[in-house]
Amino acid sequence: MLRPFLASAVLMLGLGGATSLPAATVKLLNVSYDPTRELYEDYNSAFAAYWKAKTGDTVIVNQSHGGSGKQARSVLEGLEADVVTLALAYDIDALAAHGGLIPANWQERLPNHSAPYTSTIVFLVRKGNPKNIQDWNDLVRPGVSVITPSPKTSGGARWNYLAAWAWALRQPGGNDAAAEAFVKKLYHHVPVLDSGARGSTVTFVERGIGDVLLAWENEALLAQKELGPDKVDIVAPSLSIVAEPPVSVVDQYVDHHGTRKVAEAYLNYLYSTEGQEIAAKHFYRPQDPQIAARYAKQFPSIPRLVTIDAVFGGWSKAQAAHFADHGTFDRIYGQ
Amino acid sequence: MIPAPAAATELKLHKPGRILPGFGLTLGYTMVYLSLLVLIPLSAVIIRSLGLGWSHFWETVTAPRVIASLRLSFGASLIAALLNAVFGLMVAWVLTRYTFPFRRFIDAIVDLPFALPTAVAGIALTALYAPNGWLGIWLKPLGINVAFTPLGVVVALTFIGLPFVVRTLQPVLEDLDQEVEQAAATLGASAVQVFLRVALPALWPAILTGFALAFARALGEYGSVIFIAGNMPMKSEIAPLLIVSKLEQYDYAGATAIAVVMLVLSFALMFGINALQNWAASRHQGR
Repeated sequence: MLRPFLASAVLMLGLGGATSLPAATVKLLNVSYDPTRELYEDYNSAFAAYWKAKTGDTVIVNQSHGGSGKQARSVLEGLEADVVTLALAYDIDALAAHGGLIPANWQERLPNHSAPYTSTIVFLVRKGNPKNIQDWNDLVRPGVSVITPSPKTSGGARWNYLAAWAWALRQPGGNDAAAEAFVKKLYHHVPVLDSGARGSTVTFVERGIGDVLLAWENEALLAQKELGPDKVDIVAPSLSIVAEPPVSVVDQYVDHHGTRKVAEAYLNYLYSTEGQEIAAKHFYRPQDPQIAARYAKQFPSIPRLVTIDAVFGGWSKAQAAHFADHGTFDRIYGQ
Repeated sequence: MIPAPAAATELKLHKPGRILPGFGLTLGYTMVYLSLLVLIPLSAVIIRSLGLGWSHFWETVTAPRVIASLRLSFGASLIAALLNAVFGLMVAWVLTRYTFPFRRFIDAIVDLPFALPTAVAGIALTALYAPNGWLGIWLKPLGINVAFTPLGVVVALTFIGLPFVVRTLQPVLEDLDQEVEQAAATLGASAVQVFLRVALPALWPAILTGFALAFARALGEYGSVIFIAGNMPMKSEIAPLLIVSKLEQYDYAGATAIAVVMLVLSFALMFGINALQNWAASRHQGR
């Protein structure tokens, strides 16, 4: 009874030990958020080719996509991700704060706050911009209806919210009270709060609701590419926020799987010329200045880009002040 | 000689009706099965919410936004279940009492809300009732907005609840002895009297069961509603969405607190409906 079991256990150990031999197969699980699906499909095959040339090993990267917060919760609850590539630092912070899966200083381990590429928030409007929307203050004009998901359930929506807040704050005479009043007014122009960014895109594009969609720049460019340029226009506001979707190795799981070396290489390669180029092709702004210059034409030009660290003092402060219970977002709806 | 009557009653209680043995065994399996599937997961919910402490728990579940969402969830589910009780009865009646072309086909259609992934239902209903949808485009000039309002929530919940009433009523209607109705008619009862005094009393327990099932299903529904509700805080936000919102903030205790309130309220309602159903059944049998 026991012998076949032991035999198979020995066999499995043998296979496990074989990762150091040539031509081994390594598996990685990358847990990511919704809009990166196409980006990582491309990137995984590029990385597999690179890793094969370098070490002779075959890497198979499995992908999991979903809302950023939900994905982080899955990892916390035992989805053994080797790397996480999520929409905002707050969700990766949760892996350190609630599960101790990674060290608290994870964001210092890779360049640019562990964000190999960035995005920003832009406006998507109907073709020809019939309501003549140029900047944030146009969104609160009477008769303009704005589509954005709920910041309670969507990471992208939190970037939208903070971008609007930052704009109001940086106007002449702007302060927190003025910013809160502006954001409150803005949300009274929102007829539907979808639970995720893709849902909002569907509401705006398919249901024909709203005059303007607040969107990730990469989603807006993708929507424009897929719908054709005769359906929607992209409007760049005078100020927006640098959205940094960060990446991290999940220490506890890579050490358990023995995949730390390849997982770290996987993330480092995102900063290489090729990785940066793939990100740019999928409408993420590359950090590498040379590649950024080469792809500059495809991105709308935004005069002022601010960071969450400069305006809000980082994610945990922004989350506590704005999106936690009794934060500024709850106050908009009279709670 | 004194213990004899007690023994007799005991015999009377246990002997008849036990043609097949195995009471102890099946009861044991029932308890294990129910514990694994229902009791243990539900107690986990309650235990997790205990992490909050009473004052924090109370503060969480009495927040205006939570109250508003609970009111919408229970209100919309009740309306949807009532609509289904009325129209489901009609559908079941038509399907069992009459023969007409495509009856089997229509019978099969009733099950579609069961089989369809709820997200598909949500997307389809939203596309239909959105201001630019097939139906929405006609309702909008009349000042009726369905999608992204509480009305949309009722529509979605009615859709998913329909089969529960129809499928509970159908077998009962099929078993109903039509000769009793004929007898009532020959004794001079009008059509309305036959329906109200003869048919309906026999159907009450099944209607209540169908109502309770449709109501319970509607309360727990998430997938189809979030597409059509619009999710505006205080207006069209259902309680399950608030639970998800709390989870997005890693507020597990807060999420389970709302879940516990829903659990207690639904249990109380189900208990009440069951009692009502027993009363209706015994009243019917007593006649």
